[in-house]
Amino acid sequence: MFKPGLLVLAALVASPAAAEEVNVYTTREPGLFAPLAKAFTEKTGIKVNTVFVKDGLAERVAAEGEASPADLLMTVDVGNLVDLVEKGVTRPITSPSVAAAVPANLRAADGSWTALSMRARLVWADKALKLKSITYADLADPKWKGQICIRSGQHPYNTALIAATIAHEGPEKTKAWLAGVKANLAKKPSGGDRDVARDILGGLCKIGVGNSYYVGLMRSGKGGPAQKTWGDGVDVLLPTFAGGGTHVNITGAAVAKNAPHAAAAEKLVDYLVSPEGQAIYAEQNFEYPVNRAATVHPTIAGLGALAVDGVSIAEVASRRKAASLLVDEVGFDQ
Amino acid sequence: MTSVVIADHGSGSTATGAPPPRVRRVGSTFDGFLGLGLVAGAAALAPVVALAVIAAGGDGGLWRHLFTSVVPRATWETSILVLGVAVFVMVVGTGTAWLVAVHDFPGRRLLEVLLLLPLAFPIYVLAYSWLDLLHPVGAFQTELRALLGIARPADLRLPDLRTLPGAVLIFGLGLYPYVYVAVRTVFLAQTAALVEAARMLGASRKRIFFRVALPLARPAIAAGTALAIMETLNDVGAAEFLSVNTLTAAVYSTWVNRGDLSGAAQIALAMLVFVSTLFLFERLGRGARGYAVVGRAVRPMNPIRVEGLAGFGLFALGALPAVLGFVVPALHLLRQAQERLAFAGFADEILVETLNTVSVAVAATLVALVVGLPMVSGRRLNPGSRLHTALLRISTIGYAVPGTVLAIGLLAVYGGVDAVIRAARGALGGAPSGLFLSASFAGLVIALTLRFFRLSASKIETGLERISPSLDQSARTLGRSPFAVMWEIHLPLMTPTLAGAALLLFVDCMKELPATLLLRPMGFETLSTHLYGEAARGTYENGALAACLIVAFGLLPIILMTRIGRRATIPAAEGAPS
Repeated sequence: MFKPGLLVLAALVASPAAAEEVNVYTTREPGLFAPLAKAFTEKTGIKVNTVFVKDGLAERVAAEGEASPADLLMTVDVGNLVDLVEKGVTRPITSPSVAAAVPANLRAADGSWTALSMRARLVWADKALKLKSITYADLADPKWKGQICIRSGQHPYNTALIAATIAHEGPEKTKAWLAGVKANLAKKPSGGDRDVARDILGGLCKIGVGNSYYVGLMRSGKGGPAQKTWGDGVDVLLPTFAGGGTHVNITGAAVAKNAPHAAAAEKLVDYLVSPEGQAIYAEQNFEYPVNRAATVHPTIAGLGALAVDGVSIAEVASRRKAASLLVDEVGFDQ
Repeated sequence: MTSVVIADHGSGSTATGAPPPRVRRVGSTFDGFLGLGLVAGAAALAPVVALAVIAAGGDGGLWRHLFTSVVPRATWETSILVLGVAVFVMVVGTGTAWLVAVHDFPGRRLLEVLLLLPLAFPIYVLAYSWLDLLHPVGAFQTELRALLGIARPADLRLPDLRTLPGAVLIFGLGLYPYVYVAVRTVFLAQTAALVEAARMLGASRKRIFFRVALPLARPAIAAGTALAIMETLNDVGAAEFLSVNTLTAAVYSTWVNRGDLSGAAQIALAMLVFVSTLFLFERLGRGARGYAVVGRAVRPMNPIRVEGLAGFGLFALGALPAVLGFVVPALHLLRQAQERLAFAGFADEILVETLNTVSVAVAATLVALVVGLPMVSGRRLNPGSRLHTALLRISTIGYAVPGTVLAIGLLAVYGGVDAVIRAARGALGGAPSGLFLSASFAGLVIALTLRFFRLSASKIETGLERISPSLDQSARTLGRSPFAVMWEIHLPLMTPTLAGAALLLFVDCMKELPATLLLRPMGFETLSTHLYGEAARGTYENGALAACLIVAFGLLPIILMTRIGRRATIPAAEGAPS
């Protein structure tokens, strides 16, 4: 009785194998991914279907299980990427060109994920300060009391920075440092990185913490004239760890375990890390390339030479939970 | 004069002193009503059960941490926020409803509509808009500094909106209409005779308000406030803007940053239990009392005319929450959208997104009403049936958990259902593949229905309370089946109520974000997911157009809502000799 109906259903559900396609689940905002997808389709003829999911991407893929249409999973934070691997919804990337393009410290040793682009966690300062250099440790210096703005300590960009600090200094010293930064805050953490620039311009604080690409986005005028004044209104400094470099976070990708189009997914990754794909990342969102053969956007290059911190991205990810707990313990957001 | 009888049908006595019509206690006989209730109850409970399973899977390793460092503070901030919002919406919602229901002054009609408009705003858009306006480098302070001749922003420090009191204000402004809309209906439809009687007996206006109108409006105030509280508890976006660390935010960071979904589910369930208990107590405190006005026609009261300067004063006072909750932030958004259009042009996909948004919202609204009316009617037609009541309460549970939490539960449920269907297909010789509810339009519609079913049920319940039970009893005595009573009596009398409920549901489905974001099919964007896509990368101004469209699409139904409210009372007024 039910069989014909189900077969019709099956016919409806089964994807026609005629045109090659690839399904992308991404926490990267659609406006940023769309140009990359378009360029990839133009080059290869492979159609890209996307769904933008913020929190819960791993849960969605896991719930869909073996029938999941997801091929490529993309995230904008290393923690979320490692979550995918830990949930067991990924399979290793086998493409040799990915291994050739991306340095080893920016991908998983077993190939389960790779970085696609980098962003540095920077310090923005009131121009009147004429500040020339700063370290992450300086953020806890009492001389900045009541002068620092930052977004929520629980935001992945900040937990990653704190995780990197733990890797350098150990948990005790990091806790003291974080408490010091907390004591220096001008106001409770809120909003996003751009709000920090706006708050500095608005005289609410003197320095703040924000990601590199926001500087490019604001200064380029892509966000409109108001944001250009926010971006131009601050000096941008590349802070470092004592004996280390500048903390970077990544956007990255993993191929889904049950990917129906795994080969196409790998082709897409190949494209994204190629100099051509990397150029679009730089053009669209002012990100640092992971491929050394690619060039840095002039606006970003103009911020100064980036010395990437030696702590591996994988280690940062592994200390993320400890960092999140520290944020609560020092009452950072309160 | 219209004959008016107040039937206190809970306690069984009536104001006329006549012996109460005893209703046969039928218990829970199985019928279509119950069958529907069982399905709805099971659907609503499924994601909660899934969450409980997830919660039980945790090792509780984080409990110590959560209870020392997170929960006390978050509970404190959440309580203050919720308490503040509750007081705000009760005072402003009831006050404005009284203002427009009892007084007549120039501009009253306009005000009746204006007061509803903040409903069109998703709270996080409202928060964003105000923040942008009031920031030291925003339009307001820039103008102010120019006026005062102050050059640097640092030299003029005004209070920051990003505080707990600021959050109370923003949430209150966005949510008071829930109380206003419920209470105004009561004032318009129910209290006229009593208020006028009290007036004739020489009671002062103050005494009438506190001793007559307020007690009558209490269920409506409670219902509206409950909705506002739950909306507050469900929010994540606005709280982040306004730097309030709510329990919901704690649920989020436990899940997203500590990768502890079990811990997050535990906090979410604890919140659910707490909220449900709170409302249970309110219900018990109110008792089973319900008031129905029995009579041929319900008419509005004769308003007190206020002319001249005093009249304008009343208008200005009443308009304040609408101006702050809608007019100013909407104009600001509109200006941003206009700048954006001039700068970046119009993106075609916004048309498709609009169509998607409307189709999902319409579908979910219809389902919520088609299920809601029989369930509420069925409960009433089976007085004394605890099962009907319990099923109705259970099916509204989706409103008491944050949208993302509900969506996470539903992901698991849908995944499970799909696996069963695949297995069944395999057993029948088909290909054991494919997704059915996961990432489907139907799954999304079910999710939105579950999320907002409480709005449907609550509205229908309030509407049904205004129909005298004696009508049901007469029809039943005349041999009509319970279904016929619903179809021939409740449905026709409830048309305005249902239309009002439909509009509220539509607006809320359209604004919904977290469940839509997580459960929607691939490539399916709505206005709210588009807006969030921009907001998530900090380019709110790019989302301004989508935000304007959400608000605009919300406006139309809201304005219709007031027309329906008016039509429901005015023909009756015309029929009544004055």
